[in-house]
Amino acid sequence: MTLKRSDGRKANEMRPMKAKVGIIPNADGSAMFQFGKTVAIAAVYGPRKLHPQHMQNPSTGILRVNYDLLSFSVEDRKRPGPSRRSQEISKVTEWALSPAVNIKEFPNTVIDVQIYITQADAGTRVAGINAASMALAHAGIPMRDLVTSVAMGKLDKDLIIDVNKDEEDWDVGLGATDFPIAKIANSDEFTLLQLDGKIPPKQVKESLEIASKACKEIYEIQKKALKESIGGDE
Amino acid sequence: MKNEINEAHEAVETNSNGNDSESKERKVVVPGEVIVSGEDFLPGEGVARKGDDVVAMKFGLSEQVGRVVKIIPLSGAYVPRRNNVVLGRVIDVLYNGWLVDVDCSGNAFLPVAESPRFIPQNEMDQFLAIGDVISAKIWSIKGRGIDLAMKGRGLGKLEGGFMFLVNPSRVPRIIGREGSMIKLIKDETGCNITVGQNGWICVKGESTDKEIKARNAIKFVADKVHLGGLTDQMEAWFKKN
Repeated sequence: MTLKRSDGRKANEMRPMKAKVGIIPNADGSAMFQFGKTVAIAAVYGPRKLHPQHMQNPSTGILRVNYDLLSFSVEDRKRPGPSRRSQEISKVTEWALSPAVNIKEFPNTVIDVQIYITQADAGTRVAGINAASMALAHAGIPMRDLVTSVAMGKLDKDLIIDVNKDEEDWDVGLGATDFPIAKIANSDEFTLLQLDGKIPPKQVKESLEIASKACKEIYEIQKKALKESIGGDE
Repeated sequence: MKNEINEAHEAVETNSNGNDSESKERKVVVPGEVIVSGEDFLPGEGVARKGDDVVAMKFGLSEQVGRVVKIIPLSGAYVPRRNNVVLGRVIDVLYNGWLVDVDCSGNAFLPVAESPRFIPQNEMDQFLAIGDVISAKIWSIKGRGIDLAMKGRGLGKLEGGFMFLVNPSRVPRIIGREGSMIKLIKDETGCNITVGQNGWICVKGESTDKEIKARNAIKFVADKVHLGGLTDQMEAWFKKN
């Protein structure tokens, strides 16, 4: 099936990716992840004391994720400050990352994960999760694995991977479908499954298989960036 | 000026290598990565067993000593341990002791009983005031915080000199096996150096030049923590500088 995408990619082809670890020296851990033109930066601080005290959990540490688009990341300036969208994405990102992190041994503490998008061309939340995953590892947080994330989509009836902004706004036929997923890198556990659009159940299975294969590639990029960060810096 | 060995002498993991008789395999690993496979191996710190494989649970340098595989973290915040010597700054004077900031998740408390002589309650801040820097030992870690002890050789208020931070994961290398690395730096620069396991380091020397040289030497070690043969490299560096 020869599917023509606006930038010439094949259906199963992701945009060129870039990853770098240690970009924010003040943070305990930090990383950048890029899908094509979408750039996400993550900084991790912690484990540290959690204020306000009523949010402390005496049996475990907690993750506190803050995701947002920077004002200049989108063409129409985004007003600074949390929005309903950024709050939702912060929450699902926290749920996507928590299963990978072992923080029961840090009771009453918080691990702050700040994710900011400096350039948005669709796939921001998945880029954010990839960046945050590396940043958490870089911060020395005990983790059982990295979390990898990619956005699946559909152009009318055809499955595609890693949609960009034009494809996200496609409105021919069945319209566009946005299907971001995240999974534990070396296992079949999915920690994020969101759907915005329509997709028949049979294609869900196919999407997850395509995504799993893509996530393997992403894991290699994350691994490489983490390993390259050792070597004289910090 | 005398070179006093004022350092953190405690169970330092033998991180410095290069002159070892045992072969240690080291490679950088990420969480989830299989370090080695086989039923013989014992998972140590930061490592877990998944079936046949021994898998990393942290980002860092995996080290294999005999059958035990563990991870040496190369980055990240300090995890307090009992008996670690840390440096801290007094942030409050309470009725029964002092609150000390040691850069951990949670403040540390130094009870007034730990002062070397009896101090009446209203003279507490003459002994330790807000802003003073101390070196103390972690006595216990309870849910609500860290308890410090200051009765011991080399512990107490630090005056003079200057302080700087390094990443806590580099400290074992800076100290060296049985203090060899830090002793080398002290001998070569003639400075008093107090190293806290939380990454805070206090240097006091005869002159600012010597203090800066000590600081540069420590930064040199901290940057190259994953390489071997550092003691030799350090001696070569001192010859050049």
